[in-house]
Formats: sequence, structure tokens, C-alpha cells
Amino acid sequence: MTEHSHLGKQLAVELHGITKRFPGVIANHDVELIVRAGTIHAIVGENGAGKSTLMKTLYGMHQPDEGTITVNGSLVQFKTPTDAIAAGIGMVHQHFMLADNLTITENIILGDEPADSRGRINFKEARARIESLMTSLGATFDPDTNVSELGVGQRQRVEILKVLYRGAKILILDEPTAVLVPQEVDELFTTLKRLVAEGATVIFISHKLDEVLAYCDEITVIRQGTTVAHTTPSQVDRRSLAELMVGSDLPDPSGRETKVGEDIRLQVTGLNLAGNFAGAKLALEDINVAVHSGEIVGIAGVEGNGQFELCESILGLRSIMSGSISVCGQELSHIETRDRINMGLSYIPFDRHREGLLLDAPLWENTFLGREENAALTNGPFISRRKIEADCRSIIDRFGVLTPSEQVPAFALSGGNQQKLVVGREMASDPKVLLAAHPTRGVDVGAQAAIWDELRHARDNGLGVLLISADLEELIGLSDRILVMFDGRVTAQLDPATATPEMLGTYMTGEEQGDAR
Amino acid sequence: MKSQRLQRMAVTSASSLLAVFVALCICAVILLITGKDPIEAYRTLFGAAGDTKVLQGALNRATPLMISAAAVAIGFKMNLFNIGVEGQMRVALLATAVAGAAVDLPAPLHILFCLVVAMATGAIWAGFAGWLKVKRGVNEVISTIMLNFVALSLVAWAFDSFFRVESTTGSLLVKTKELPTSAWFPDIVDRRLNGMFFVAILVLVLFYVLVWKTKFGFQLRASGANAGASRVTGVNPKRMVMISMLLSGALAGLVGMRALLGDVHAYQNNLAEQQGFNGIAVALLGRNHPLGIFISALLFGYLGEASGRLQLIDIPKEITTIMTGIIVLAVVIINEAVKRWDDRRIQHKAALALNSVAVPA
Repeated sequence: MTEHSHLGKQLAVELHGITKRFPGVIANHDVELIVRAGTIHAIVGENGAGKSTLMKTLYGMHQPDEGTITVNGSLVQFKTPTDAIAAGIGMVHQHFMLADNLTITENIILGDEPADSRGRINFKEARARIESLMTSLGATFDPDTNVSELGVGQRQRVEILKVLYRGAKILILDEPTAVLVPQEVDELFTTLKRLVAEGATVIFISHKLDEVLAYCDEITVIRQGTTVAHTTPSQVDRRSLAELMVGSDLPDPSGRETKVGEDIRLQVTGLNLAGNFAGAKLALEDINVAVHSGEIVGIAGVEGNGQFELCESILGLRSIMSGSISVCGQELSHIETRDRINMGLSYIPFDRHREGLLLDAPLWENTFLGREENAALTNGPFISRRKIEADCRSIIDRFGVLTPSEQVPAFALSGGNQQKLVVGREMASDPKVLLAAHPTRGVDVGAQAAIWDELRHARDNGLGVLLISADLEELIGLSDRILVMFDGRVTAQLDPATATPEMLGTYMTGEEQGDAR
Repeated sequence: MKSQRLQRMAVTSASSLLAVFVALCICAVILLITGKDPIEAYRTLFGAAGDTKVLQGALNRATPLMISAAAVAIGFKMNLFNIGVEGQMRVALLATAVAGAAVDLPAPLHILFCLVVAMATGAIWAGFAGWLKVKRGVNEVISTIMLNFVALSLVAWAFDSFFRVESTTGSLLVKTKELPTSAWFPDIVDRRLNGMFFVAILVLVLFYVLVWKTKFGFQLRASGANAGASRVTGVNPKRMVMISMLLSGALAGLVGMRALLGDVHAYQNNLAEQQGFNGIAVALLGRNHPLGIFISALLFGYLGEASGRLQLIDIPKEITTIMTGIIVLAVVIINEAVKRWDDRRIQHKAALALNSVAVPA
């Protein structure tokens, strides 16, 4: 987009003409990336655009087919990550790679232990180094704490310490904010700014545009495997940046013409659920939720505050202590899960791999899962493969699942298409109530728009939806009401018309608790 | 689109064939090391295929293998590894021998009675392992192995203390009281091939229909493939564990019936020995599919029957036992490697197919 002027600053990383081919897959082609030393440089692009492939190239996890890598002015070739580390590059992975049962110090030195001549670990020296790094990072925890006691934000800080300990001056952070609440995001960037002030360079991979615009110095946009723009936050706004990323008009979660219905589809009253072990505090405490027909009720909350338990209780997968659950006025709390599903309850699970799909099974078996009582797909006790396959094809068509056929195993699909298949299956039986947990997590913008459209369409036809999401924009855009869950309770009800992500964040961390009614 | 299914089947069969071939090669090396001529050995071993008597013997040997492999496979389909088929079979053998000799029924009913007793006792014995897993979370591999020892000792003790009958013909072999002839499973074809062979075929057919064609079978496979995913659809994983252990045990009870009802007609100590364990190998080679199990059981049955011929050319017949072991090892290794390769192939193919119809997202 703009000519980058060198501003007198040294270049930390230069990638020219990087091309990486995988059979059948768009990876990277003709990538141009210039990162100035002492800056936070954002790499933005949708899921599958090739950001991670590019960073793996820079970190030596695989070699490019074409192109050159220059680090601090000298041409390099990384055979392994070890080479990249030696050149001062460190990577903080999206999924933390920490051993829970070791202390912070032990985790940080793991694999790079300072040893004395007899092979014993010199903990004193390690501690001294870690403490000086912690000071520069502004971290305040005790390095002898077990990692299992740390929160998500602190674990991330340990990951950063790990790469700093190995002498990294150029840090790659792969979607570091995906797991953080807004307040933790602030803290993370404060940390990163301190690092940059001390001469480090940060390459920041993200698709969250607000934080990119707020905190980063420069931005490179990747689309369909190649770099399409290089810009700065002062030159773009949110919308133009998003359009650069997608290359076309944006999906928009907001807007509805129909009205919320009068009748209550899902009613949860006074629900209490015991904790996981004797003496633990309640996992759910006095939950009251009502979802009307044609209504989407959003549940906001940091993961682990009872959303998962709420879904499992409604489905009958956990036995509740007290309270009632009803669908369309019919009491459910004493009937089996399978019967609840047959009465019109549907569930898009939190993790499609763990609870949504049979990865090795063909798509038609996946769309049949949980629908064995559907008379249109069976002949008495026998399954009708012909009917199931036809039904699967219609789900594939309706939800735009990109696949060669209904016979391929589910693992062969991309994440977005797997999710569309799960959403399609759950909507296919025309449910009365849908529990949708992170319906668009980890899917690309195109699939996200398709799933949002289907949710809105079903809502307009009277479906009641309980939407659990970590994507605050999705919650604000789709919901008719937003409830905040904290510590197993519903602590606030907000109007999406006036709610902002920052507001939600305040409630989600329990800093503030409002009127839940 | 059927072609995709055929391709997967072809890949699967090819990897099993490869495993057998690799095992033959390794055994050839072993033969060479011991100074024998592998070509002559294999010519003798497979040359016996022309002999009807050998073939009938092979089918007889394949009969219990098919059933015990089906017992193991139904567990595998639910992600359960029932190593206890041997013990379940042994308990069922003694129970059936005793109960069968104690009643007097017309022929078809008497046989049916024996089969039902065998299935029930096998199921009960396997049920212990299922119950331990469901109620106490005991891994079924551990519990079925332990229950094998319990079964072997218990049966040996009960047989010795209560049910042995001294031989009237002066033979040293002690047996239980002989079953009345109405409980004998008849031989067919030249009075050589035992009719239990067709029971085994029926078991495989029913196994196929149950697991691949019914709603219950779908839930069983889904629960085995991803317990979490089927749990949220309301399939109770504990119930599935219990049912599949009971089914597996019921089949295990049938394993020894060819030997008991079709051959010896009384219980003796080494009756049908190892047939429960050998089923594991057959199920692995046959990839838990009825057709694969059928072919593998025939192969193993044949190797067992023809191995005697090797002794005629001064090669110990134990080479076929070694071969069986190597086949199982090779199958496990090659299947895993082939699966990884095939998964990648399918993924690439899917990606290619999509790129060629390039839909802009």
C-alpha cells in the first residue's frame, strides 16, 4: 500500500520472494516482508491465509522452495529451529508448551540448563538470569511457583521468558491474544512495549484487527498465501484493513428485521450443579436463563466459568443438584439425553474434534451421528445408507461445505468446513433450541459469514439459540441479549446495542457485577 | 463415489498382504540361518494346498479362529481390547461340558442348549471385566489378562475336584463325563469338515450386519471412534462398554465349541488351548472386518494344518508359529505406516479436487 521508508532504523528481518509449496495446498508464494528492528510488526490475515506457514519458514521449521531470508543484514538458511534460535529468533506458540508439574524456573531452563562441570544444574545461575529477565519484562511472579498454579496470561509470560532466556531478540508470537480477555491483552502489550524499548523486535500474528491497530507499529497483510499490503495503523481503519484481509466485502454479524417471539423455548430455573469433587464449590449456582422463540441469547465469559457445565446440564450429561430445565414448556430434568435431543434440543459442541466429529469416518456417518432415531434415515433397526448419504449431500449443499464428496473422511476437510458440517447436522433436524458453543471458532471469514447467516435464518424462523462465544464481536453482533457468566453464576445482563467488548471484559473478569435479571 | 470405498478397501487389503509377505521373507531368513532351504520349505508348506484332507483340516482349524477373532473385533470396534477370550472360552468349555452331559434333549435342541450355555457363561466371565471398567475404571486389558489366570486356575481346580471321570479305556487322559450323542455337532462333507464351520460363517455374517448395518452398530462404532462425540448425542459410553463386553464374551464362549461338540465330546485339560489368543492375531490381520477375518482365519488355519508336512523334510513345524508371530508384528507396524500414508493421500486428493473447482470463499 505504501512505500516503506527506512526511517534510519535497521532491518531485523527481510523476506524476499518466499514461496513454499505443499502438494494441493496454497501455502506461500512471492512473500515480501520487511520488519524493522525495535518495532511491533503485525502480520494479519484470515485463517488459512498462510501466516503460520510463513512463520514456520522464518523459524526454520521447514525450508522455503524459493526466496531469501535475511536476519539483521546477513543472509541466512535455517535447517532447524535450533538454527533460528542461534540467530536470535524465538517463537511463542499459540498452544502453550509448558510442563504443569514443574516450576516456572524449571520450565524456562528445560532443554537449556546451565550446568556445572559435573553435570549438575546450576539453579542459582538460572534464577539470577530469570530474575533479571523478569525485571525487564515487568513480571512479578515467584519463579519457584508451579506452572499449574498460573493463569493463562501468566503462562504466556512464562513462554515469553522461555524464548528470551534462549537469547531471542526477535520474537514471533502466534495469535497470542486468542486465549486472553481484553484486560490481559492490555498487559501483554505493555510487556511487549517494554521489550521493544529494550531493543527487541516483535512479529505479532493476529486476525484481531482492533488490537493490531491499537498497539502495533507496522502491519503486513497476507491474503491467499501472499503479502498484499504493507501499511501502518495511521494509514488504515478497521474496515479498510479487514477488506484488505478478505479481499472483498465483509460479513457483518449485526442486524435483524424480525422480532423475538413471545413463547419461551428454553427455560432454566434455579439450576445448581455440584463441583467436581466433594467439598468443591458449586460449579453452577442459581442459574436462571430463558430463551424465547426467535431469540439469540449470548453467554459471555472467560472459559471455565461454567459455560461448559451449563450446556452439559441442559443436555442431561451431568446430574444437577436442583433446579428445572424445560424445552417448550416440557420439563426435561429427569429424562435421558437422547430423549431431550429427540424433543428438539440441539448442540454445537465446544470442540468439534473432541465432541463433534468422527474424524476417521466418512462425512455421511458424521452427519448421521446423533440422528439414529430419525425415521427418515433408517429402516426399523437398520440404517439406510442411501438415505443418509442423500441427507448428507443436502447438508453439504445447503451449508456450502467444500468437499469432493460425502465419502471422504472428516479429517480431510479444513477446519471451517468441518465446522460447517457440524452446524449443518445440528440444524438439519429442525431443532427447537440450539446450544451453540463457539460456532465459528477457528473458521475462516467466509465460513463464519455462512454460519452466521444460517443462525440468523433459523432464528428468524423461530429457533431459540443459546450462543456461547469467546468472540465478543460475534456475541454483540448476533445476540438479542447478553448474559455474563463468572464463577458459575450469571453476573450480568447486557444489551448488545450498548455493550462494548471492554465493558464485557470488565464483567467477564469479575471486576464488576451487574443486575442479572 | 463407490470407488473411494473400494480404494480404501484395496489399500487395507494390500497392507495386510504386505505384512504376510514381509513375514514370509523374514521366516525365509530364519530358515537360511538354521541351514534349511526356504524355497523347499515353502514349496512343501503351500504345496499341501492340493490335498483335500489338508484343506478340510484347515477349515476345521479356521472355525474357532473366526469366532474368536469376531469376539476380539467386536471389542476393538468399541475401542476395547478383550484379551480375555481365552479365559472366557475356558470357563464356557467346562460349564458347557458339565451342563451338556447332565441333560437329555433331542439332538438339535441339545446342541442349541449347549451353545446357549456356552455363550451365557462366556458373557458372564467377560461381564466381570466390563463391570470393573464401568464401575471402577479398571482398564479392560489388565482385568481380562488377570481374569484369564483366574479362569485357567479355577477351571483346572473345578475339573480336577468335581468333574473328572477316570477313563474306561485305560487311557491316561482324564475327561469329564462324555456328552450324549445328541449334543454332538455333526460332521459334514466326507465326515471330515465339522458343521461348526457354518456356525462360524453365520457368526461373521451376523457380526457384519449388527456392526455395519444397524443403528446399534453405528452407535457402537461411533462410541469407539469418539466416545466424547457420541456421549453428547446421548449414547451412554458405559452402557456401550458393558454391552460390547457381553457380546464379545458370548462369542468367546462359542470358540471352543467345535472342539467340544464337534471333536472330543468331553472337557479335557488342553481342549481348544490357545484358540482364544490366536483370535487376536486373526482379528489384527483381518483388520476387524468379517471378510478380512474370514481370509486370515483360513490362512492361519492352513498354516497350522500344513505345518505337519514340514516335519517330513526335517524342518520343525514351529516355524509356522514364528511366522504367525511375525505376521502379527508386521501387521501392526505396516498398518500404522500405511494408514498415515493413506490419510495424507486422501487429504491431498480432497485438497486437489477442491482446488480444481476453485470456489472463491
